[in-house]
Amino acid sequence: MDGTRPTLLGTLKAYIYLLPALLVLGTFSIYPLFRSLFMAFTTVHRRTLEVEEVGLHNFRFLMDDPRFALALRNTFTFVLGVVPVAILISLGIAVLLNQKIRGATFFRSIFFLPFVTSTIAIAMVWNWIFHERHGLLNYFLGFVGVDPRPWIDHPDHAMTALIIMSIWSRLGFNIIILLAGMQTIDKQLYLAAKVDGASAWHRFKTVTVPLLSPSIFFLTVMGVIGSFRVFGEIYALFPGGATAGPANSALTVVYYVFQRFWDDRNFGLATAAALVLFVIILCFTLLQFWVGKKLVHYK
Amino acid sequence: MDVHLKGLTMAFDGHETASLFKRGSAPSKVIAVNNFSATIKSGEMVSLLGPSGCGKSTTLMLLAGLYRPTSGQIIFGGEDVTRIDAEKRGIGMVFQNYALYPHLTVRKNILFPLKMKKVPKAEANKKMEEMARLVQIEHLLDRKPGQLSGGQQQRVAIARALVKEPKLLLLDEPLSNLDARLRLEMREEIRRIQLKVGITAVFVTHDQEEAMSISDRIMLMRDGILQQECHPQEMYRKPVNIFAAEFIGSPPINMLDRDGQRVGVRPEHFTLSQEQDFFTGKISHLETIGRDTLIRVQSAENETVRTFVDGNTTLKIDDTCHLSVKPENIHRFNPATGERVGDA
Repeated sequence: MDGTRPTLLGTLKAYIYLLPALLVLGTFSIYPLFRSLFMAFTTVHRRTLEVEEVGLHNFRFLMDDPRFALALRNTFTFVLGVVPVAILISLGIAVLLNQKIRGATFFRSIFFLPFVTSTIAIAMVWNWIFHERHGLLNYFLGFVGVDPRPWIDHPDHAMTALIIMSIWSRLGFNIIILLAGMQTIDKQLYLAAKVDGASAWHRFKTVTVPLLSPSIFFLTVMGVIGSFRVFGEIYALFPGGATAGPANSALTVVYYVFQRFWDDRNFGLATAAALVLFVIILCFTLLQFWVGKKLVHYK
Repeated sequence: MDVHLKGLTMAFDGHETASLFKRGSAPSKVIAVNNFSATIKSGEMVSLLGPSGCGKSTTLMLLAGLYRPTSGQIIFGGEDVTRIDAEKRGIGMVFQNYALYPHLTVRKNILFPLKMKKVPKAEANKKMEEMARLVQIEHLLDRKPGQLSGGQQQRVAIARALVKEPKLLLLDEPLSNLDARLRLEMREEIRRIQLKVGITAVFVTHDQEEAMSISDRIMLMRDGILQQECHPQEMYRKPVNIFAAEFIGSPPINMLDRDGQRVGVRPEHFTLSQEQDFFTGKISHLETIGRDTLIRVQSAENETVRTFVDGNTTLKIDDTCHLSVKPENIHRFNPATGERVGDA
């Protein structure tokens, strides 16, 4: 076989080898995917369990649903609040951890811990930190003259609390990726920049950031996708789980899907909302790749 | 600008060395440069020569301000710069692996030092173009370093180092990443550019031929200590110790034991003679390179010397031959100290 051109026999052979994998993938991934796509255009009658095609009705309902509007708003707030801040903070910490200091390995492990800890455990700890009277946050805020506030229990603060915890829990992963990226930067570039008269800030700006751009880009894309799909943190942080935070104030799109699916048993509406989220994530990811092409430097 | 080094010493205590420098990584507590004193005169090209680990690169890093010396002084002109950081020392430096900013175009790479000095744009562009012309890379300005050959990258690195018109140019093994032919070409280029700009330059190398050909003066180092400092030809003609004699010259000097002394004779200083004289032995190896033939002669006492004979020689392997040498071409050294003895 010279391997330059696919022959009919060769292709057939290959497909036979691929068949088992394709069957599993088709049954459990591809089929449900298209099935749910189809479900978004139907409604299931509760009593009779009859499926009725309703065209774009579900989407029209979503457009007019103030709860879905809130979910969208919260989701965007969450993405914008978490992703950039988490990357900036991790970048700062990664730079510090990349210095030659005693115990750097120890601190790297410490910062990586959130990534390997279960969301539930993290949420329980933060639930305590956020506690109005006994919490650590209000205790420290007291030192700078800020009155204690009910982080978890009040609709005005619920989103802020959620964002703070989510930023923290993402740091570990971000820092590891950024540190790995920093290891690949040629140290002589820093010496060259020093000789060229660049201050520490300029060296960071002209050497570290551009050469770290593939890592930063990766974290941005993964962070945006992950944040659009936030659910577990909300479910775990706010007690009960029946509503997304006090008075549904931390409702996000996935939480909306969850509520429509399990509480209302409105499968059509739930899948329609999921589909909307899918399109949003797709658009944002494509946008990021388009922007990334101009900003990211690959070797 | 004259550069004075006064009693410069650099001791590393282990962990800080390894990562900054991949090559020549030092074990803990090493004195890389030991009480180094020298003067580099204005407009001179000086080579810091020595085997790897001799402290020549460390000396360069000290000159650049990238290392802070343990003790001693560095004086540029009349100014003591020992405590001044690399960012503010205003020197130009060329690195072994070029260290060009990979994400910036050649143009922006050369402009970078000027941008750091906040030179106005129009003036900066003019200087950048002048420099690009000097190193002959005007046609490459919009490329990224990754799209250039090694020699071209080296030219860009030189342009970047010189564009801010430093008073001192430091070159850290600038030719060792190039192939042999290009090395020869860039060697001449570096010398041409240095003479044209008239800049004081320090050139680090482990290649004695490179140092001999390019520099006004050679500083030979070993184990952090300056061995000899003089004109290249003088180092060849009058090495101050066995180390200097053996390090300079290719093929290397022949070292023999005579009258309780270590005695060195350069291969080209032997002549064939009819009767027994300074050295007698059998030819054990013979190779013709161009116009000369290199022979290796082994004596009955198992001493070996190399020498050149005429390319049209009729000598064969296992022929016995007698070699003589003029007394003034014999270098004598004290076998215990390695120091040169015998002449004034």
